Amino acid sequence: MRNGSDNRNAVAGLLAIGLLCAAFTTTSSLALAEETPDAAGERLFSQCKTCHEVGEGARHKIGPHLDGIIGRVAGTMDGFKYSRAMREAGEAGLAWDREALDSYLAKPRDFIKGNRMSYRGMGDAQDRETLIGWLANVSVSVPGAVVDDKAEEAHAPSSFADIVLAMEGDPEYGEYLAGECVTCHQASGHADGIPSIVGLPRDYFVTALFEYKTNVRSNEVMKLRVNNLANEEIAALAAYFSELEPQ
Amino acid sequence: MTRITRRRLGLLMGASAATFAMPTYLRAQDKPKVVVIGGGAGGATAARYLAKDSEGAIDVTLIDDSDQFTTCFFSNLYLGGYRDFGSITHSYDKLQSDYGITKVTGMAVGVDRDAKTVRMADGATIPYDRLVVSPGIDLIWDSVEGYSEEAAMIAPHAWKAGPQTQLLKEKLDAIGNGQQIVMVAPPNPYRCPPGPYERVSMMAHVLKSKGVDAKIIVLDPKDKFSKQGLFEEGWAKYYPGMIEWYGPTVHGGIESVDVEAGTVETGLDTFKGDLLNIIPAQKAGMIAAEAGLTNDSGFCPIDAASMRSTEDDSIFVIGDASIAGAMPKSGFSANSQAKVAAMNIRGDLIDAKVFPAKYSNTCWSLIESDDGVKVGAQYAPQDGQIASTSSFISQTGEDEETRKATYEESIGWYAGITSDMFG
Repeated sequence: MRNGSDNRNAVAGLLAIGLLCAAFTTTSSLALAEETPDAAGERLFSQCKTCHEVGEGARHKIGPHLDGIIGRVAGTMDGFKYSRAMREAGEAGLAWDREALDSYLAKPRDFIKGNRMSYRGMGDAQDRETLIGWLANVSVSVPGAVVDDKAEEAHAPSSFADIVLAMEGDPEYGEYLAGECVTCHQASGHADGIPSIVGLPRDYFVTALFEYKTNVRSNEVMKLRVNNLANEEIAALAAYFSELEPQ
Repeated sequence: MTRITRRRLGLLMGASAATFAMPTYLRAQDKPKVVVIGGGAGGATAARYLAKDSEGAIDVTLIDDSDQFTTCFFSNLYLGGYRDFGSITHSYDKLQSDYGITKVTGMAVGVDRDAKTVRMADGATIPYDRLVVSPGIDLIWDSVEGYSEEAAMIAPHAWKAGPQTQLLKEKLDAIGNGQQIVMVAPPNPYRCPPGPYERVSMMAHVLKSKGVDAKIIVLDPKDKFSKQGLFEEGWAKYYPGMIEWYGPTVHGGIESVDVEAGTVETGLDTFKGDLLNIIPAQKAGMIAAEAGLTNDSGFCPIDAASMRSTEDDSIFVIGDASIAGAMPKSGFSANSQAKVAAMNIRGDLIDAKVFPAKYSNTCWSLIESDDGVKVGAQYAPQDGQIASTSSFISQTGEDEETRKATYEESIGWYAGITSDMFG
């Protein structure tokens, strides 16, 4: 039979083990990211990479490049077609200080209603802090080194995508073909789970479609669409969509 | 007023001198008229594309007996508690204000094909140069003995979205422990092939998430169904023991239903349900038969390259009411066919360029939260039929990320197609 003090010792022992376990649990998540903040930031950025580039030579893709983003007035990167909502936010004085970025990344579609960024949000506050810190380090502080689209075209075609890019696409034909696209990729440029392609630069558009053809990107719906498009049709679509303005 | 994009405005301003040379058909009273019967995925899309792409050169009238539209697609998600009713219901306001479409709220009851007029229930007649018939489906009540329009108030079909869907939701939410739901699935051809099975999944999800111990029995006149492998995998994974699907070799034939008693009589047995969801056989919306556009199948034959009715050169039939070869009866298909029809009508009326027809369809189904599957194909006219040129379907055993991405894609699609339909 156990007496009272033995019970108390047992309980104390259990408590100690419990606390140690709790300590391991909290430190282990940081320990798992024995991960430097840099590595963590890069890992977190991988969900942004489909649409954004950052660092030396970064270019606009579906989303603007993020060089010089910290402190920048919203919607002002040269050569990128922002949604009206984003431009107006900038005109009203929104600048991307860390606090604003934090609110935006938590729930982009709530922070700036009507913007085109097709991203549900990063719920974890610590993650957001890590990511923003990483962005600040990695983004070249000289505002936007925008690569000139035209300069890209002046070299011999070295891939199928380049062949199509060298073609003059017919935007009227593209408009007809786009009927197939706008059921999912909204013509307004709004994005609700399917990325916006309105105003997408031609070279990015063509390269993306070829990445579906060659299985670099995987999406069955897109693969089906692209496998049924001839080169002139891809050129026409690229011409059409690059001329559109998002609303 | 027709909405003009910035690009068009630039072109128009540059071409202002050309307005003096405007062809006769653009002078107000002579504009060619297109009437669209049915304001759903087919009709609303056709009306919008006609108005938008003709840039005001065609007078477009859209007839629907409701002043708003609840989509049948995603209505299962409302049943499942993922969407509210308002979010799947859409207004025709923008089609009127931004595209200059005349919306007539009422029932079209007849078409005089010689005079080229549509007759409304209130006696009004609306003239057309071209008619688009997109009335969806009507239910063949007596295809399940004992079922009727009145019976549907007790045992809803909810195969036309709106009040029926809300009724079904109410009854689903009232199911308690130890109770049973019996669904009678429809025979081919019917609108939305995976629909009944997505519905079963959504019902199971509701019961499971409330901790209600209830079963769902499916009595199917078909021996197999769309995405069967995927649904069965999902049901076994998420709702083990809750769902029983019986094909004809098991139930021996669906004989009759008694909605008051809550029973379905089959060759094998009498099934009792605290909720009966009876989805009968279907045919083209009644106006199609009234107008003489249907054949023995109850649906409308069309020209594969244009969606033009084979019975009348001035009439186009799109969506569920049409016999569209390999294309399933779906909202996506209707939206796709509408664009081909609209293009051909513009070719007829204002000499617009007509490109070769291309059609496509993708159907997404939700099995459980963040677990979505899809099936789809591209189509083109081949030897006088609309044939599939390539296709895909989700695979069993896909990882969570893929299924979640598929679901999120469907959300993007819904936002896209409804803006494509309603502006």
